Amino acid sequence: MERVPILKIGDVLLVSIQVDLQDQTVLALQEDLADRIVRTGAHGVIIDITAVDIVDSFIGRTFATIASMSRLMDSETVVVGMRPAVAITLVELGLSLGGVRTALDLEEGMRLLGAGAPGARAPAADHS
Amino acid sequence: MTDGAAETRITDLLRSWREPVLDRWVELAFDAVGGRVTERELRTELSELYELVERAFGDDGAAMGELRATLAELSRGRARNGFSPSETAVGVFALKQALYERIRTTRDQRAYNDLIDFTSFVDELGLATFETYAATREQVIADQSEQLLELSTPVVKLWDGILGVPLVGTLDSARTQVVMETLLEALVDTGSRFAVIDITGVAAVDTEVAQHLMKTVMAARLMGTQCVISGIRPQIAQTIVTLGIEFGDIATKATLADALKYALDRSGVRVTGGPED
Amino acid sequence: MTAPPGDEVPIASNDDVVRVRQLVRTAAAAAGLSLVDQTKLVTAASELARNTYAHGGGGTMRVERATGEEGRPGVRIVFADAGPGIADVEQALSEGWSSGTGLGLGLSGARRLSDEFDLRSEAGKGTTVTVAKWAR
Repeated sequence: MERVPILKIGDVLLVSIQVDLQDQTVLALQEDLADRIVRTGAHGVIIDITAVDIVDSFIGRTFATIASMSRLMDSETVVVGMRPAVAITLVELGLSLGGVRTALDLEEGMRLLGAGAPGARAPAADHS
Repeated sequence: MTDGAAETRITDLLRSWREPVLDRWVELAFDAVGGRVTERELRTELSELYELVERAFGDDGAAMGELRATLAELSRGRARNGFSPSETAVGVFALKQALYERIRTTRDQRAYNDLIDFTSFVDELGLATFETYAATREQVIADQSEQLLELSTPVVKLWDGILGVPLVGTLDSARTQVVMETLLEALVDTGSRFAVIDITGVAAVDTEVAQHLMKTVMAARLMGTQCVISGIRPQIAQTIVTLGIEFGDIATKATLADALKYALDRSGVRVTGGPED
Repeated sequence: MTAPPGDEVPIASNDDVVRVRQLVRTAAAAAGLSLVDQTKLVTAASELARNTYAHGGGGTMRVERATGEEGRPGVRIVFADAGPGIADVEQALSEGWSSGTGLGLGLSGARRLSDEFDLRSEAGKGTTVTVAKWAR
């Protein structure tokens, strides 16, 4: 079984999924993330699924579990880069991923977490 | 079926009278198409058919299949070139008359009787051209509506990061689905975070279409983008409420301008210098 | 690695579920399904393959080219297992129902994602699910 690597950028954990997701891989990712959040005290998790061509109910539900779990540990999860075909299928499947925040791409996800691009300063929350 | 003797006799007659009957057939069919096909083209088509009819009526199974195919091809061509179905069918029916006229000159009573079988055979062929004709026209119509579909679902850029889809006309389930996919693809391709679906020009919305719109909004949300629906006219609002469709927390605005302002506000762009400011 | 369409492949591990997705994707693309329809069918297949493995104790999948209404090309997939079967098919198909392992959307979801859905199950003898999707 392959393990999905977890990178750390500032206080954000970045997971970029590049393999066909097997159930065990998804469960292992959930455990590894919990572990890393505790160890690093990261305030955000970004799961990049740009390269993922299907998300079924098991995978989708695990993302939701990761999001709720990380929230309990004071860390916000953002799923980024979901493809249109995958999004349409999930809606048809009846899975709305309630509680999971989403963003168009990695950059947007970083911005959402207030982290900005690597090296950049976090933008002020309010313009006024 | 008929007794084999009749078929043999008619087949013999068709063979021995090939020249005069074919000539007469071409002449009659030429009148029917009103000069939109040259006599030469028509003769080529009909001599091929003539030979196949001759063999098919003589109980040659392979020839029957070939005859149907050739006839279908001919009929399709006529349909695409705008001939009416009767013009096409009359051209086929004319073979009966051509043969009948010839038999009449011989006063052969037996051949007369056999002609009845042949007549129903040709009638069947004529009717087959009707069916092909109808199917071909339907295909033409389907092709056209598909082209129209592509034409009528433009995704336009309203502002940096804001796309707009002005929907006009009748929304059916198929078209709404196309809109949904085109829009979501465009959001990714342009890196836009907002989309405004304007339905000011939409005549009516049924349950299925309303659900497709909602699914679009939900899918967009999963992709980290937001859809705003604008231009819901009173009748449509009434329909939606009457049908009991829950639009939930989907952002709806009265006009395209309101929707654009909402999206601009949300993306941190400030509009200043307006008359009401 | 990849079997030609029409062949039967075993579903005996989590890896096989991934392989089912790949086979169905290839067949769906070859049949001319749009990207969205391919994704829907692959997702349905993924749900059913997991059911076959997790609930049916393993089984087989067969994927084949098929022709639907008005001669539309498409793909048909048959999942079969000799497991315990489904006691209450109606309940299993009702939305959100779960057999205890968090797979509540599996069957009902697969049905919503396909154009044709057929489920046959006999207690103690196993379950056969057939799904199909046609090009638009």
